[in-house]
Amino acid sequence: MFLAPSLIGLLVFIVYPIIASLWLAFQDWNMLSAPKFIGLANFQELLQDQDFWRALRYTLTFVVLYVPSVFVIGLGLALLLNQKVRGMIIVRTSTFLPVVASWVVVSLIWKWIFNPSYGLINYGLALLGIQGPDWLFQPQTALYAMVITSIWKDVGYIALLYLGGLQSISETYYEAAQIDGAGRWRSFRSITLPLLSPTMFFVAITLLINYFQLFEQVWLMPMTDSAADRQLRVIVTEVVRNAFSYNRMGYASALSWVLFILIFIITFVQFRLQKRWVYYESQ
Amino acid sequence: MNHSNAVAGTMQSTKHGEGIVVSHNGFTSIARALLMIVIVALMVLPFLWMLSTSLKEQQYILKTTPELIPNPLTFTSYTQLADRIDLGRTFFNSLFVALVGTVGQILVAAMAAYAFSRLEWRGRNTVFMLYLATMMVPAVVLVVPQFILIRQLDWVNTYQALIVPGLFSAFGTFLLRQALLTIPKDFEEAAFVDGANHFTIFWRIILPLSRPALATLAVFSFMGYWNNYLYPLFVARKESVATLPIALATLQAGPRALTEWNIVMAGAVITVLPILVAYLLAQRWFVRGVISSGIKG
Repeated sequence: MFLAPSLIGLLVFIVYPIIASLWLAFQDWNMLSAPKFIGLANFQELLQDQDFWRALRYTLTFVVLYVPSVFVIGLGLALLLNQKVRGMIIVRTSTFLPVVASWVVVSLIWKWIFNPSYGLINYGLALLGIQGPDWLFQPQTALYAMVITSIWKDVGYIALLYLGGLQSISETYYEAAQIDGAGRWRSFRSITLPLLSPTMFFVAITLLINYFQLFEQVWLMPMTDSAADRQLRVIVTEVVRNAFSYNRMGYASALSWVLFILIFIITFVQFRLQKRWVYYESQ
Repeated sequence: MNHSNAVAGTMQSTKHGEGIVVSHNGFTSIARALLMIVIVALMVLPFLWMLSTSLKEQQYILKTTPELIPNPLTFTSYTQLADRIDLGRTFFNSLFVALVGTVGQILVAAMAAYAFSRLEWRGRNTVFMLYLATMMVPAVVLVVPQFILIRQLDWVNTYQALIVPGLFSAFGTFLLRQALLTIPKDFEEAAFVDGANHFTIFWRIILPLSRPALATLAVFSFMGYWNNYLYPLFVARKESVATLPIALATLQAGPRALTEWNIVMAGAVITVLPILVAYLLAQRWFVRGVISSGIKG
């Protein structure tokens, strides 16, 4: 009785779509005529699809630039936030503002800031005597702009995750280390890092799962009809384009499953590797 | 470089209590104070710039020397925005969808959490595994089939399309189940003796006792509905049901958008202000929510 609404809803709106999507990945369907079973043809086409490979390349480049940056900067920020100093609450509150703002708003604010002629960034660069690039017009610079924007938006969230981990480390470890004459760097390396590693593991998993699916900033930030707009596409963009611009529901589903499998493999590998670096206190 | 060292160093000294902080030289605390100011500025400035741009007239935003304080200060961007999109309607759509969605999601999830934590039934663990399994499927897999389902239901451009699929997040059930498991059974056993049934216990005992977890889920849920873009983009684009993010994104994609940043930023202010205010008022629930979502891993 208590479960019924939730379970029925989950089956209709989550489980059924997942199964339907898997089924669709093996069909050719434009939503007008009846779906046609075409076996693995969607996946074969995908291997030949230049757009897919380009999207995969951009997705990977983005992840490689973004994930390590926010992983490290977030940790630094968490270490700062963990200090009991007056005014720190203001820092915490302010770093979390972009986290609660929507991606649409954040993308537009930064699109304006990265405006080559009237934006704040190029104005600042000009003050330093540097001629700023066309940021959101060219794929390469647009990618950097989006990585910067994404770090700005997420760093408060990542830091807060770390902060939870930091605050669960018992002070007695640090006291013991101090008695043993360990320096600050030494106790950071020998106490903080190992005891924080489960949180770091969780952060890494979350970041990779989310950022293989990045979409909004890439969809909204490039300038209309610029080279960045035409070329800088990620995998979710390709799913969306195939489904909603070309009505290729089968192919779009196949693409989304390939992305799912990629995410699954990467998460699985991380779980296998965690034994090498993640330390659990209970062990 | 010296930032991170300073951070690592001072973090430790506070861990050791006040005595060490005093023996530490003043340089570290000045460097730290500077760092704190720089971070706050970096985080707040883009929002101030949004606000500032929205209060300028168009000819003043296209200046090579940016000015943070609008001069002259004007609200014309907001009236122009109201000419472009049906502001009242769009705002109502966003608010209605977010409020109904949040209340609905909490109710559905709390009831399911009750079934998973308080009732004994066959297959409970198997069904719970199903819930956990759906949490692992990335959202992108759902975009296409959910759109097709909404079409089949003839729900395109309706409120239910925006609200209903989001109600059944397994995450909410999971979060609340964890909270319910920590509530001792003594209370309800006493109530059972007094002849209460499950509905009374759920309503009168369990829900009030799990208020912190409900608040956490409410915050997540409201934020999710208010900020959602990818999903509404395909099921509810029509102006009569469009939410703020959809309307805002359409606005900036228009042909004149290149020079109308004051209007786009006015839209951004209206979209982001309610959620920022909600965050500042309910900050501890946001913080608690993030930390508890981190612990599950």
